[in-house]
Amino acid sequence: MNGTLKRAAIACLVMFGLLMANVNYLGAVKADDYRNDSRNKRAFFARYSVDRGWITADDGKTTLAKTVDTKSEFRFEREYPDGKMYAHVLGFFAPESSRGIEAAAGKYLDGSHPDLLVRRAIDFISNEPPKGASVDLTLVSRAQKVAYDQLRASGKRGAIVAMNPKTGAVQVMVSLPTYDPNTLALPNKGKVADAYNKLDADEQHPLLNRATERTYPPGSTFKVVTAAEFLEDDPSRGPETMVAAPQVLDLPQTTVGLPNYGGAACGGGQVTLRYALERSCNTPFAKFGMELGWDKMREQAAKFGMGEPVPFTLPVAKSDIGPEEELAALAQLSIGQRNNQMTPLQMLLVAAGIANGGTVMKPYLINKVVGPDGGVLDEASPDELSEAVSADVADKLKQMMVSVVQAGTATSAQIPGVSVAGKTGTAEAGDAPAPHAWFIGFAPADDPEVAVCVFIESGSAGNEATGGHTAAPIAREVLQAVLQSK
Amino acid sequence: MTATPGVEVAPVPMTAKRRGAQLFMLAFAIVIVMGAYASVGLGINGQIPAGMLTYGLGLGGLMLAAYLVLARFAPWADPLLLPLVTLVNGIGLVMIYRIEQTGQGGASATNQLMWTALGVVMFSATLIVLKDHRALQRLTYTLGFVGLGLLVLPLVPFIGKEINGARIWIGIGGFSIQPSEFAKLALVVFFAGYLVAKRDVLALAGRRLLFIDLPRARDLGPVLITWGFSLAVLILQKDLGSSLLLFGTFIVMLYVATQRTSWVLIGVLLFLGGAILAGQIFDHVAARFEVFLNPESPELYDRELGGSYQLMQGLFALGSGGILGTGLGEGHPKEIPLSFSDFIFAATGEELGLTGLMALLMVYALIVERGLRTAIAARDPFSKLLAGGLSFILAWQVFIIVGGVTNLIPLTGLVTPFMSAGGSALLANWILIALLVRMSDAARRPPPQAIQDEGLTQVFQR
Repeated sequence: MNGTLKRAAIACLVMFGLLMANVNYLGAVKADDYRNDSRNKRAFFARYSVDRGWITADDGKTTLAKTVDTKSEFRFEREYPDGKMYAHVLGFFAPESSRGIEAAAGKYLDGSHPDLLVRRAIDFISNEPPKGASVDLTLVSRAQKVAYDQLRASGKRGAIVAMNPKTGAVQVMVSLPTYDPNTLALPNKGKVADAYNKLDADEQHPLLNRATERTYPPGSTFKVVTAAEFLEDDPSRGPETMVAAPQVLDLPQTTVGLPNYGGAACGGGQVTLRYALERSCNTPFAKFGMELGWDKMREQAAKFGMGEPVPFTLPVAKSDIGPEEELAALAQLSIGQRNNQMTPLQMLLVAAGIANGGTVMKPYLINKVVGPDGGVLDEASPDELSEAVSADVADKLKQMMVSVVQAGTATSAQIPGVSVAGKTGTAEAGDAPAPHAWFIGFAPADDPEVAVCVFIESGSAGNEATGGHTAAPIAREVLQAVLQSK
Repeated sequence: MTATPGVEVAPVPMTAKRRGAQLFMLAFAIVIVMGAYASVGLGINGQIPAGMLTYGLGLGGLMLAAYLVLARFAPWADPLLLPLVTLVNGIGLVMIYRIEQTGQGGASATNQLMWTALGVVMFSATLIVLKDHRALQRLTYTLGFVGLGLLVLPLVPFIGKEINGARIWIGIGGFSIQPSEFAKLALVVFFAGYLVAKRDVLALAGRRLLFIDLPRARDLGPVLITWGFSLAVLILQKDLGSSLLLFGTFIVMLYVATQRTSWVLIGVLLFLGGAILAGQIFDHVAARFEVFLNPESPELYDRELGGSYQLMQGLFALGSGGILGTGLGEGHPKEIPLSFSDFIFAATGEELGLTGLMALLMVYALIVERGLRTAIAARDPFSKLLAGGLSFILAWQVFIIVGGVTNLIPLTGLVTPFMSAGGSALLANWILIALLVRMSDAARRPPPQAIQDEGLTQVFQR
C-alpha cells in the first residue's frame, strides 16, 4: 500500500500547493483590487483611524475644527463648533471626499505630509493611531462673527472677505447662504450623500463659496481700476484733473447712450476726477476706457491679478474683464458691466493693492502648521503677487477713495476717529431686476491694517439695493471689528 | 511476537523518542500563542489584555497535561504532532478572542478554551483507553453503524436543529452538537476496516476499457452506497461540505487499499454526476457555483440569499491584509459574516497577511505529512489505511474550506480544523490526532530486540 499512500501524499501536497499559490495570488496580485473596491469598507474605516489635526484661528486660541475620539469603529470623528460660520473656509471631511482647508491642508491634517514622516514612523512602531498636524488660520474670529451676523441678520446672500493689505493674511471670509459642515462629516456614507445631494440641489447654492468660486459684475467698484490706468497713463493727472462728465455718453456704433446711475447729471458736465469717483459718475470712466483702449485696460487689470485665477489656499474662479469687443463694450466694461466678471476676492485685492502703496500681496489663509509634538512645521511668509500701480498713483487713488467715504456715495462706511477709504458699486445683474451691491475699501487710510470687500448678491436685499446703502454699512462694522481686535 | 507470514515487516531502524524536543516545541508554540494574545490587546487598545495569562497559562497547562499523558502512554509517538496542533488551536483561540472583542455575536474565546480543554481530555482518554488501535478493527461494522447513525441524527425530529440553512446540528441541553464531525471519524475507521477486509476482492479486475482495468460490476456496491449517502447528506441536510468530505475520503481510501486508478475515475465521474444533478435540482447548489464563477458581480453581491456578499467580504479582508497583514487587532473581522467559524481563515488573513496564512498552511501540511509518514511506517494494512485516511480527511477538509473561502473552489461550508469556533469539531479533531499519535507510537516503536541470540527459545523485550 505504500505506493498508493505516497501518491495520496502527493495529492495532499498538490492541494496545499494550490491553496498556497491561491493565497499568494490573492494577497499579492489581487490585493489592490480588493483593497480599492468601493464595497470594501476598510478604506472608509482607515479615514477615521487618523487622529486628524485641529484647525484653529487667532493663533490657536479659537478652535474651528476638532477631532473627537469616539473609541468606536469609526474612531476619530470630525466636529466643527461654529460650522456654519466657517463652512466655506473649513470645508468638510466627508467619508469619500473633503473640501476647503480640510482638502487644501489635508496632507498636514491627516499626517501623510512628508514633513510628518518621522512622526508617522514613530506612531507606527509604538502602535499609536497616526496623528496629524494642526493648522492655524489667519482668520480673526471676532471679525468673522461680526461679518457673518451682519450678512445673515437681514437674510442676505453674498460674501465678505477682508485681509491685511500689508501681508495678504485673510482676516475674514464669509459666504451666505451657508450650510452645516457637521452634517457632511458623519462617518456614514448614506446620510452624508443625502445631506450633500440636498445641499447641492438647493437653488440658493449654499455649498458655493461666493467669495472665491463665482464671479459677478463688479459694477462701479471697477472704476477704481479704470481710474488707476487713467492716472498711470499720464503722471500729470491727479484727483483734481478736470474730466468731461456728460449726462449721457454716446456709444459709437449704437443708438443707445450710456447714462449715469439713475440718469442723473454729474456736476456741471466738467468735474474733477475726485468728484467723478465720489459721485460714481458713469460717463467719465466709460470715456476713459474707450480712450485708453482694451489693451491698456486689460494690462492694468492683469496687474491687479485679473485674467488668471488668483493663487490662493482655496480654489478660486478666474476673474476677467472679458474679451475684446466693440468700443461700446469697452465703455461698459470700464464701469464694471458687460462681460466684466470678478470674484469678491479679486475686488478685495484691488482695494488691498491701493492700500499697500500699489503692491498686491498674495492672499493666504494658513498662518502656521503645528506638528503633533508642538513644533512649527510651516509658517506663512507674505509674498508679493504683483505691482499693480506706482506708489504715486496708489496715493492719488487713496486720496480719492477717502473722499468717497467722506463726501461721496459711501458715507455710511465712516468710522468715527478712523479715516476710511472705499468705493461702492451697484451692478446690473443680467436681466434680474435687482442689482448686486458692492463695497471695497480699507482702513485706516494712512496706515492700512485691513482691506475689505463686501458683496451682496442680486435680489437678496431688495430692488433698491445699492453699494452705498446696503454694502457700505456692513463693511464699516467689519472694518471696525478687525481694527478693534488688534 | 514473531513475524506473521504474509505481512511484510520492513526492518525499522532504531528511532529516538525525542521527548525533549517535543517539550521544547510545545513551549515554543505556547510562547507564539501568548505573543499573539498580547499583540491583539496592543492592537486594539494599546494594552496587554488581562486574559493573556489566563488563556496562555490555561492553554500551556492543558498542553503540558496532554504531553505528560502522551509521554506516559505513547512514548514513541511522533514528536511534532502535538506541538503543531497546539499552535493551530492556539492561533484559533487568539483569533476567536480577537473577533469576540469586535462584538460579533457567536464568538466566545472562553467557550473555545473550554472546548479545547475537553478536546485535550478526549485526546488523553483516547490514548489511555486505546492501548492498541487495532482493537478498532474489531469494531469495524459497529462503528460503521454508529457513523451512519450520527450522520442522520440531525434529521430526527425534536433533536435536530437547523442553523444557517443547514440541518447538521442536534441540541442536547443547552449545547448544539454537530454529530457529523464524530461521524466522520467513525466512518473513516469503518472504511479502513471494511476496505482491509474486502480490498482483495475490490481490486479484482473486470473489463478493460482503454488503459483502465474496470472493477467488476458487482463490486460497485460499496461505492454506490457511499455515493448515495453523500447525496442524501447533501439533499436532506444541505451540507455540501460534509458530503464532499466523506465521499472524497472514501474514494481516496478505496484507491489506497486497492491500488486501482479506476476507482478514482469512477469516483470522480460519480461526483460530477452528483454535482450536476444537485445543481439542476437545488437552487442553493447552483447558486454556489454561480458565485464561484463571478463573485465580484454586483448583482450576486447584493443578492440576499445565496449571494457572494460573505465570500467577497472574506476576499476584501484577504486583499486588505496583503502581504504582511494589518497586525492582530487592527483589522475589521466584523465585516465578514461568520468570521469566527467558516471564515476564520479570511479573518486571520487580514490580520496576519499572506505571510501568516502561508505559515498556517505549512503547519497544516506538516500535520498531514506526519500523519502520512505514520501511515507509511505502519506495519499492518489496517493501520496504514486508517492513518492514511485520517491524514487525508484532514488535508481534504482544509482544502475544501480554505479553497472555498479563497474562491479556489466553490464554497461549501466546513469547519477549519482546530481554528473555527465550535466544540464538536474540536473534540473530533483532537480524537483524530490522538489516533494518529497512537498509531505513530506503534509505528515508531522499535521492533522487539532479541536479548538472547542463541537457542530455539527466544525472549523478547519490548
